[in-house]
Amino acid sequence: MSTEVQEIAPKKESLFSKKNRKLLSDPLNDSNPITVQVLGICSALAITVQVQQAVIMSLSVLFVMIGGNVIVSLMRNIIPDRIRIIVQLVVVAALVIIVNEVLKAYLPDISEKLSVFVGLIITNCIIMGRLEAFALANKPGPSLLDAIGNGIGYAWILLAVAFVREIFGSGAFSFPGLGQVKFLPSSWFIQAGDSSMVGFYENNNLMILPPMALVVVGIIIWIQRSKNRALIEEN
Amino acid sequence: MEHVSIFVKGIFIENMIFAYFLGMCSYLAVSKTVKTAVGLGFAVIFVLGITVPINYLLENYVLKEGALTWISPEYANIDLSFLSFIMFIAVIASMVQLVEMIVEKFAPALYGALGIFLPLIAVNCSILGGALFMQERQYPSIGEATVFGLGSGVGWLLAIVAIAAIREKIRYSNVPAPLKGLGITFIITGLMGIAFMSFMGIEI
Repeated sequence: MSTEVQEIAPKKESLFSKKNRKLLSDPLNDSNPITVQVLGICSALAITVQVQQAVIMSLSVLFVMIGGNVIVSLMRNIIPDRIRIIVQLVVVAALVIIVNEVLKAYLPDISEKLSVFVGLIITNCIIMGRLEAFALANKPGPSLLDAIGNGIGYAWILLAVAFVREIFGSGAFSFPGLGQVKFLPSSWFIQAGDSSMVGFYENNNLMILPPMALVVVGIIIWIQRSKNRALIEEN
Repeated sequence: MEHVSIFVKGIFIENMIFAYFLGMCSYLAVSKTVKTAVGLGFAVIFVLGITVPINYLLENYVLKEGALTWISPEYANIDLSFLSFIMFIAVIASMVQLVEMIVEKFAPALYGALGIFLPLIAVNCSILGGALFMQERQYPSIGEATVFGLGSGVGWLLAIVAIAAIREKIRYSNVPAPLKGLGITFIITGLMGIAFMSFMGIEI
């Protein structure tokens, strides 16, 4: 497969060469922003109570990352080295303001729930980290792919955590467009004041509380690293 | 009394790390030894104590709807709050730079201890988080906002020093290989979070 692609590809590196495809696929597993690079944890944990919030958050981060990476990459030759952090922060902050205003206008409920965490995308380390590590040194094309790869790598962890927490915490999950999806018949749940003892299942409310997000991420890291032994830390 | 309540709340009940996960990136990256954790913790207290009141003034005299009336009453319905993200982050980044320069000039010993951490702090979520929570909660006076900033900083210091001490000890334990390092730190933080939740609902 790869040899074919290289034959067809012109001398100049094509956008979907092997190297560039690696930019897209690496962040999904080998260099996942959350579980391996340890970037962007703050927001990843706080908004994973519901799948819906996690979807909106992931899309917002993806948008800001793509915009930020491409803009900074286009400006990489004119940004003075000494003030690059401020320049990056201003670019990212401007994009986040756009996201925040759009959310406020079209999804006021979710915007309310996400509260300060939309603003905190500005200091989300994953965005600054990719700008510093990649966009400042690479052309816009690869930067775009890097942003998409990392954005999706971030999103799938977020969705996995939110999925686990919402199912165990609320017994059902709500997805934009699908409404409430129930996993167990409502008669299985223990009803308050019901003496017939039909229900036997109760939601684990601990899952909704903040500390469990950390434990769920810890377990995801555990699973990932036992599959991918190269990632295990020395100490 | 109100001030004490906000301070204690910031440390225990609304702890930046355990309740809101703010500043997790540096919390995980710089918590390998207690010494560096203490340094970063004090730098966070310092910067939160300075930036929260400045952002409070900015919020109340420039950004909020009707905040510009002190210039002229005709500005009463100007609402600049959409600019708050960019203003807050600009204030934080420039204050960190300024503090770094002042500390380097006048307190070289302190600079030696905090110096390498200060630049890290401009992009620490807990600082911007402090400013945004201050904006959201509408503290009535600058004193309360400052106390909130300091309290959150102390809470953050407590959290990072505690996890650093645990990580120093856990090096000698037999942790399953895939959990070593990051994984076990997450789970311990989760357990600490559960412990801190026992402070919830306390009214002071």
